[in-house]
Amino acid sequence: MKKELRFSGSGGQGVITAAVLLGEAAALEGREVCQSQSYGPEARGGAAKSEVIISDEAIYHPHVEHPDFVLAMTQKAADKYYKDLTKDGLLLLDEELVPNPPDFPNTRRIPITKLAIEEVGKPLFANIVALGAIVRLTDLVSLDTVKDCVAKRVPPHTVEANEKALRIGYEAAK
Amino acid sequence: MSKARLMQGNEACAEGAIAAGVNFFAGYPITPSTEIAESMARLLPKKGGTFLQMEDEIASFGAVLGASLAGAKAMDATSGPGFSLKQELIGYGACAEIPCVLVDVQRVGPSTGQPTAPSQGDIMQVRWGTHGDHPVIALSPWSVRETFDLTVRAVNYSERFRTPVILLMDEMVGHLRERVELPDSVEIYPRRHPHQTRAEGYEPYNPDPDGVPDTADFGQGYHIHVTGLIHDGTGFPSGSPTVTRDDIRRLHEKISSVGEEIIHVEESFLEDAKYAVVAIGGTARTAYEAVREARAEGIPVGLLRLITVWPFADAALHRLAERVDGLLVAELSYGQLVREVERAVHGKTEVRLCGKYDMTSLTPAEILADIKRMAGRDA
Repeated sequence: MKKELRFSGSGGQGVITAAVLLGEAAALEGREVCQSQSYGPEARGGAAKSEVIISDEAIYHPHVEHPDFVLAMTQKAADKYYKDLTKDGLLLLDEELVPNPPDFPNTRRIPITKLAIEEVGKPLFANIVALGAIVRLTDLVSLDTVKDCVAKRVPPHTVEANEKALRIGYEAAK
Repeated sequence: MSKARLMQGNEACAEGAIAAGVNFFAGYPITPSTEIAESMARLLPKKGGTFLQMEDEIASFGAVLGASLAGAKAMDATSGPGFSLKQELIGYGACAEIPCVLVDVQRVGPSTGQPTAPSQGDIMQVRWGTHGDHPVIALSPWSVRETFDLTVRAVNYSERFRTPVILLMDEMVGHLRERVELPDSVEIYPRRHPHQTRAEGYEPYNPDPDGVPDTADFGQGYHIHVTGLIHDGTGFPSGSPTVTRDDIRRLHEKISSVGEEIIHVEESFLEDAKYAVVAIGGTARTAYEAVREARAEGIPVGLLRLITVWPFADAALHRLAERVDGLLVAELSYGQLVREVERAVHGKTEVRLCGKYDMTSLTPAEILADIKRMAGRDA
């Protein structure tokens, strides 16, 4: 088993943190993991991309070439990265932020950022909502392991809100 | 539960440094090395060590040299632009024989270049950046776990040879997170200390039989003098041609005399290979994948990975060149490693370059295409 995932959007949306959390969960579950990212010099704005490779065997080239899964949190990211997907791959879009879905058969649209604002209270939870959806759609790690990883990484007073975000994303991907 | 966890290359560097006994870090943050400083700031005080963020890159390495002379195991980390600034003090460290480790997590240059993008364009600067005749030890890891191991090795070599050692990382490995399990303890080379008194004739820069002096630390009770001028055994400047010649020769020979012991390479699929790829750091991972794919297509190709970049693996390359029909050097630059490979093989085999300098890493497909061209197959 070897799966390649790419999370894309703009700087500040948390696509790198989401990839790190998924990678941490997979590592805890005993899988080989390579997690990498590319971003511009800006702290906010500008294109941001993160990648996770999860495998049962040693991983050499650490970057994703033909993702089995792409998350796009902006229109620009969607237009740029859907083309690399394998033909059986899955494209997950933020429904509101990607108004014009690319022409890709296996596309899932979830109002990720809208759910974060309306259900959890802030757009900054969007990446954790997305992560919840990804856990369900890709079935690579268990929700419980991810929950533990989230709880360990976020500030203590935000654990509850983050767990809620994770759950909402997971439910939305039913 | 296993101790395996997801860790970044830069974090593993900090963990390795602390495991090896580094108790002083001075630095000035710069992408893509900043997480090393961040990790040291988090970890070192808990171990009773000192973390200093200095006002700039030059001051950082100055603080490291000073701390080392006072007995600390000291490290600094930077990227290309900062590495350029530190050149004068690297030479000072080499001449005054001050043990320390300097990490260079390479990014695209020249100048401030592309701060967040991978490159391997500092290979020659590591060797020749500071002026004058001087030896250099530089090690280049290809994984997060190996970053830990080579940081330990870098610290140990710096103490053993009393010289600055460069850990030559690239963004691909520095920013990569992998599942790793770290060892509980590592072998540590202790600081060399005087085993004579002044009355017995001790001089701080008189070398041991291995060519390395047991220079006392400041504060140990010895009068010592440290200078970047060529000096004799007392540590004071000397105008003597003989002293100058002997000192420069000794600086080189204290390292070259151990021969291949410190020149580490890794061979993959080379037993029956007719062609080989040569690479270092993160690019070697891509090359490994390309070589595997080429093998699957029946091309007898292997990989030589240089773990020690300097001193250069002349002997390993020479041996390889005698038995293959071509070498492909894969690197993230306009072509630096390739020049050194060409020098080392003395024209015994054809050497080609697969270089890239567009902010992205090489892909296995790109290296595979060049392997096919080398092997005379249509790419």
